Amino acid sequence: MLTVFLQFLFSGLTVGSVYALVGMGFNIIYNATSIINLAQGEFVVIGGLLMWFFLESCKLPFLLAVALTILSAGLVALIMERLTIRPLKTNDLLIMIMVTVAVAIVMRGLLMFKFGKEPYSFAAFTEGDPLVIGGAVIQLQTLWVLGITGTCILALYAFFNLTIAGKAMRACSFDPTAASLVGIPVSRMIMFSFILSAMVGAIGGIAITPISLMEYDKGPMLAVKGFCAAMMGGLGRGRGAVVGGLTIGVLESMTAGYIHSGLKDAVALLILLSILFFRPAGLFGNAAMQRLKGH
Amino acid sequence: MLEVQNISKVFGGVHALVDVSFSVAEGSLSALIGPNGAGKTTMMNIISGIFPPDKGSISFKGGVITRLSPAAIARRGLSRTFQHIELFAEMTVLENILVGRYIKSRSGFLAAGLRLPFVRTEEEKNRAKSLEILASIGLEGKADELASNLPLGEQRMLEIGRALATEPSLLLLDEPAAGLNIRETRDLGKMIVRLNTEREITILLVEHDMDLVMRISTSITVLNFGQKIASGKPADIQRNRDVITAYLGEEDPSC
Amino acid sequence: MVYALPNLTDDSYFITLMIFSGINAIVAIGLCILMGSAGQVSLGQAGFYGIGAYASSVLSQSFGLPVVISMLCAAVISGIAAVILAAPSLRLKGHYLAVATLGFGEIIHIILNEFGPGGPSGFGDIPALSAGGFVLTTPAHVAWVVWGILLLLMIFSLNMLNARPGRALRALHGSETACNAMGLDVVGLKIKVFVLSAVYASIAGSLYAHYVSFISPSSFTLFHSVLLLMMVVLGGITTVWGGLVGAVIITLLPETLKAFEELDVLVYGLILTLSLLFLRRGIVPIVTAKIHSLLVRRNA
Repeated sequence: MLTVFLQFLFSGLTVGSVYALVGMGFNIIYNATSIINLAQGEFVVIGGLLMWFFLESCKLPFLLAVALTILSAGLVALIMERLTIRPLKTNDLLIMIMVTVAVAIVMRGLLMFKFGKEPYSFAAFTEGDPLVIGGAVIQLQTLWVLGITGTCILALYAFFNLTIAGKAMRACSFDPTAASLVGIPVSRMIMFSFILSAMVGAIGGIAITPISLMEYDKGPMLAVKGFCAAMMGGLGRGRGAVVGGLTIGVLESMTAGYIHSGLKDAVALLILLSILFFRPAGLFGNAAMQRLKGH
Repeated sequence: MLEVQNISKVFGGVHALVDVSFSVAEGSLSALIGPNGAGKTTMMNIISGIFPPDKGSISFKGGVITRLSPAAIARRGLSRTFQHIELFAEMTVLENILVGRYIKSRSGFLAAGLRLPFVRTEEEKNRAKSLEILASIGLEGKADELASNLPLGEQRMLEIGRALATEPSLLLLDEPAAGLNIRETRDLGKMIVRLNTEREITILLVEHDMDLVMRISTSITVLNFGQKIASGKPADIQRNRDVITAYLGEEDPSC
Repeated sequence: MVYALPNLTDDSYFITLMIFSGINAIVAIGLCILMGSAGQVSLGQAGFYGIGAYASSVLSQSFGLPVVISMLCAAVISGIAAVILAAPSLRLKGHYLAVATLGFGEIIHIILNEFGPGGPSGFGDIPALSAGGFVLTTPAHVAWVVWGILLLLMIFSLNMLNARPGRALRALHGSETACNAMGLDVVGLKIKVFVLSAVYASIAGSLYAHYVSFISPSSFTLFHSVLLLMMVVLGGITTVWGGLVGAVIITLLPETLKAFEELDVLVYGLILTLSLLFLRRGIVPIVTAKIHSLLVRRNA
């Protein structure tokens, strides 16, 4: 009984870590630009599939493959920002969202063309016997996923709070005009936020693929769940996305285990809709600020 | 017509309005004046229901409207214009006025889609009424232009016209002369007086332009730092020491 | 890739495309009114389309209701779903509303997958379109009926948009503050326009189901919602003619894209991206503006 529960818990935490990383990606871009980048999930897919390509197809050494994958994801984000987001020059959020949806479809089309519709996987990072805790089996890769997620979160936290570049990026979101007046290159910061969030997504993709496989069309669902994670913690607030992502992952895994596996995707969606509908004020970061802005 | 009683409002520690009371008599052309930051626009927004006061109440035509939505207040016959122009920029001048006719007509989605006979007569009536309003504000030649293509003075006129289309009994004008040149301001003043006398609309005017206010209004309330410091006829206000101090600072004895 | 097109001869294949264009155009003009006039966004329109298809099919097949009655009931169900979605969504702006509608569409997809007849593989033998004992047997008849309904809805929409409710919707897009000051019932209007677009999508979904006689959840996905979005963006969201033109183009596109084979998703994405970047106003508004300026020059 407990064994089964623990098993579901660990698998929930594993997928939840990836949702947390995608959620962080949403936050990074939202903080710099107020854009919701619905192509966020695609970067996880790019991470998984390119890693397979460099590792299994090109037979490159592991660390080189990781580096190339992360850099490629960053490059894709750079191209996306330069070719589609920057030339838009509009304040219409609707248009910006639709553009990110359109770019996501282009990426999906390219991935399908290159990789086809089959799922891909590669070997876990380290070989070894799985751990057994309370009768539940934990693959070593699960520990890798949790560890990598934790490291990413700490690194991002340090970046945004301790470095000049990170502080400058946060300043852009508070007041772009003021930021540019004090000499922060706002447009370069926006570009950088896209690159950073793509890299975070790709890292998630690399880590999770040995466990849950990767296919070209996983992006939209990952984006929805990552967005849900970000919303749970309050859009734009880093640590919230982590708690949100892990919560969704665990709930999803419990639903699949105890109720019905077909309903697992509905969990995140229902959480998302309930937050949007019933607690939007508590999620906009600071309800009082929001009200004041209205005047 | 309008009773403002003991209104207070605090924004993040700043006392925007403190216990302000005044009334607007039916048929009057009243004005609310005061230096920058005196709380005039806050008062306008509270009266028109954009946000509620912390304390106090407002009654209009005998009924309390303090907690009603802006739309409900508008439907009771209180219409307003905005300091920062809020026209429907991508619609034509005539269409802007026609939106003002909304609460005076009743055709809904189904009736309009099926073009029922009453819809047609209603549309014709509204069109005639709107053209008449356009003529009265001097925009009859610009009915089919986009509102955003008008110069500022005409945009302000159009806002007034749109408010008139709702057939209000009380019209709030929030700094209608802001950004207008001397000639435009003079025309505006004449038109406001005409609305007041010919159409018998009670008017509450918030304005910076002292000259305009003193010339046209029949009663004036003065705010300073959120408090009422004077009220009365224009001639009395001009002589009021508190008002002079508020506008010019402490009097210099050497003068 | 989007529709399981029946294998027909060339001539009736053209008719089939006509039918699908008409069906898509019905959804698209509803979406145009929602997005272009009222400034609301929906990334979940395929959800209403799916409700229309499933509800009407089940009612006519399992409960033996006449097709016309089933279609009307399905429209009512979609309308109720729209109220349930719209009422809480109205507090949401811009991207929050977009994501809420996306979530709604996905939930409908999951429900159809798990609880719909036949589950993920769908079900067939849906009765053909019929009214008062008259059954539409040939695709040509269906095409006439679909385009007839489209024409009626088009007239209805244009009438509505050129009168009081339409002006109110466009005003909503312009300035909500001013709408409030004019006494417009902003919340009520938003709910009504959501319901209207849902009913259009539902009617289209029912027509689709009764025509193809076999449906499965895979026709009612996020990708279809995006496709619908693409139609209105490409055609132009500010006029219902844009929805019509966009729907026809996007429906005929798979034909032209056959040459690209596996690249179809990529080409769809590129078309959407490029039209957002370079044809942001949409084909119809751009073309009408061109014609207008040509006429003005000639008259001058």
